[in-house]
Amino acid sequence: MQIYKSGVVTDGVKHSMNPFCEIAVEEAVKLKEKKLIKEVVAVSCGPQQAQETIRTALAMGADRGIHVEVTGKDYEHLGPLQVSKIFAALAKKEEAQLVILGKQAIDDDCNQTGQMTAALLDWPQGTFASEVTLEGDKIKVVREIDGGLETIKINTPAVVTADLRLNTPRYATLPNIMKAKKKKIANMKPADLGVDVAPRLEVLKVEEPPQREAGVKVETVEDLVARLKDTGRI
Amino acid sequence: MIQFAKCCPNIIRLIETFKNDSALCAQNLGVENVLSQFKSICGNEGVSVGEAVREQHGRDESMHKCRPPDAVVFPRCVEEVSALAKLCHIFNVPMIPFGTGTGLEGGVGALEGGVCFSLRNMDKIVDVHVEDMDVTVEPGVTRKMLNTYLRDTGLWFPVDPGADASLCGMAATSASGTNAVRYGTMRENVLNLEVVLADGTIIQTAGKGRRPRKTAAGYNLTNLFVGSEGTLGIITKTTLRLYGIPEAVVSAVCTFPSVQAAVDSTVQILQSGVPIARIEFLDDVMVDACNRYSSLSYPVKPTLFLEFHGSEDSLKEQVKVTEDITQTSGGSNFHWAQDAETRNHLWAARHNAWYAALALRPGCQAYSTDVCVPLSHLPQIIVETKEDLIKSNLTGPIAGHVGDGNFHCIMVVDPNDKDELNRLHSFTDRLARRALALDGTCTGEHGVGLGKMYLLPEELGCHTVHVMQSIKHTLDPKNLMNPGKVLLPFSRESQQG
Repeated sequence: MQIYKSGVVTDGVKHSMNPFCEIAVEEAVKLKEKKLIKEVVAVSCGPQQAQETIRTALAMGADRGIHVEVTGKDYEHLGPLQVSKIFAALAKKEEAQLVILGKQAIDDDCNQTGQMTAALLDWPQGTFASEVTLEGDKIKVVREIDGGLETIKINTPAVVTADLRLNTPRYATLPNIMKAKKKKIANMKPADLGVDVAPRLEVLKVEEPPQREAGVKVETVEDLVARLKDTGRI
Repeated sequence: MIQFAKCCPNIIRLIETFKNDSALCAQNLGVENVLSQFKSICGNEGVSVGEAVREQHGRDESMHKCRPPDAVVFPRCVEEVSALAKLCHIFNVPMIPFGTGTGLEGGVGALEGGVCFSLRNMDKIVDVHVEDMDVTVEPGVTRKMLNTYLRDTGLWFPVDPGADASLCGMAATSASGTNAVRYGTMRENVLNLEVVLADGTIIQTAGKGRRPRKTAAGYNLTNLFVGSEGTLGIITKTTLRLYGIPEAVVSAVCTFPSVQAAVDSTVQILQSGVPIARIEFLDDVMVDACNRYSSLSYPVKPTLFLEFHGSEDSLKEQVKVTEDITQTSGGSNFHWAQDAETRNHLWAARHNAWYAALALRPGCQAYSTDVCVPLSHLPQIIVETKEDLIKSNLTGPIAGHVGDGNFHCIMVVDPNDKDELNRLHSFTDRLARRALALDGTCTGEHGVGLGKMYLLPEELGCHTVHVMQSIKHTLDPKNLMNPGKVLLPFSRESQQG
């Protein structure tokens, strides 16, 4: 991967499903296996390659996919606000009862999409979930927070974001990958959902952290203190 | 492609220099000069003579003493490896390839000094062919790295020696693991190798880019280099056979009244056609150690840990057939599980065996023996070995890949107790000879390295060893490739008389 001053070049870098989203897909498939939900729809926004990621979700057990095509400059500037608008529109269109996604993406580390989606829909949210239990028309979510674990009960429909310890995602096996090829992926554009993906942020600068330089050994404590004073550290 | 552009101009210039001046040799150039030649090939950052770096590259995970090289180089592509090897060849400098340093037989010690080729910067997964089920990787790619990369293809590379080892390193030591009984060892799973020979020549053992599932073309050079432990060349790429990730996995545990009963069951399971994926044996001492370490309560008796791979339906049948067989052989307490959590719990004992053994005697080190015999001789050798352990007053719980007739005594010894170390050496010598007497081998999967060289003539016979020495002499007449390992070259033998 190369880093240029205004962004990260992604040519030739392998694209795969965001690890936290894998956990979300796994949780959805588990709920379906327990017969607590009817259908799992896997959604991804992006260029053509996003279809491969949707196929992986289908191989894990999702029933059908939706690919919202966003390419070129639009894709480069696609951020949590735009994605959550798309998700909110889709959730309404599909009459979803539960929107589950990873807590954050490991390329931008924003941790905003789930929360923004819930806000746009005016739905309750159970974020950083390490345990999800359906109880009638409510969902009990155990959340990982700084102080420990917090348990909340929220109404459906709701948004849940998956944290690391929610589950261990299954591997897609060859027979399931083959079955997944027959499952449907619908294509649409943001405009079809009435969503404007114009960016609201401008990236000013992207820089690598400074190169770490070699350390220096000193013989005595006096030397150490002198060095620290010389370099203005104390 | 960027790496290629960086290293090509320098190499081409250097190669031309050396072609034109054959009077160059190590004595005429000082050490500094040699090192600066290395730096002009792999960059200033690519050559190190720091003590910590050299020591790190002079040891592996065995109990053999650290033997640091004189310098460590970090080439970035095969062209750099080749140019460095050409230089070492001209200067008569020994070369030791280094992957992850997870070997168990002291294979990376620089007994005669020289240059260690650390290949960790060559870490590309070059080509995945999902439909053909093969992949080519460079030496910096480890087993877990590859399987993580392959996850969404539905494929995996199943050879699992325990450590997260370099795949090319695994090829160099002909590694095996707990599921060899179903998926084979490296020998069966390497389709092609790119190797840099002692004089810098680059060859592909099955031809460039070729990856047919089988071939009858010429001598089988691929399997010559598999297991050569760095003594015939430096492996810079390996093409591997991949397998479908199993749809479902079931693990099981079963206790037996005797070693004989456990092995009898194993033989019958294999004969019944159950495509068992893992079948591991723990003796009573090991089970006891694992119970204490992991707070489990398995009966302290010979135990088999089993794993089945397949579709949901086929697993039901596999488990039923196996359970019936174990019951007929006197097995009891057959427990099995399919969900990941319970499976991990069932197998926790086997997974932690090494640490459980170490925990028996805190402050000690562990050394693993590694003999392999035909299945029918396994009960006899295990029984005799356990008697020897008691007589020699040594701690050596046993864990084994019983489906292959391969078992390890995890010897827990006090490194400061000279008498215990002596007893350990005599014990391992007797064990190896016991295996040889039973039509087996002194090393099932760890390799010969340093400690088992003296057993090769006994195991292979002097004519076979002579052929091996001839091959070594043909490929590496100056004996620069990892000298002092696997076998003594011709010249050394005549010196010893």
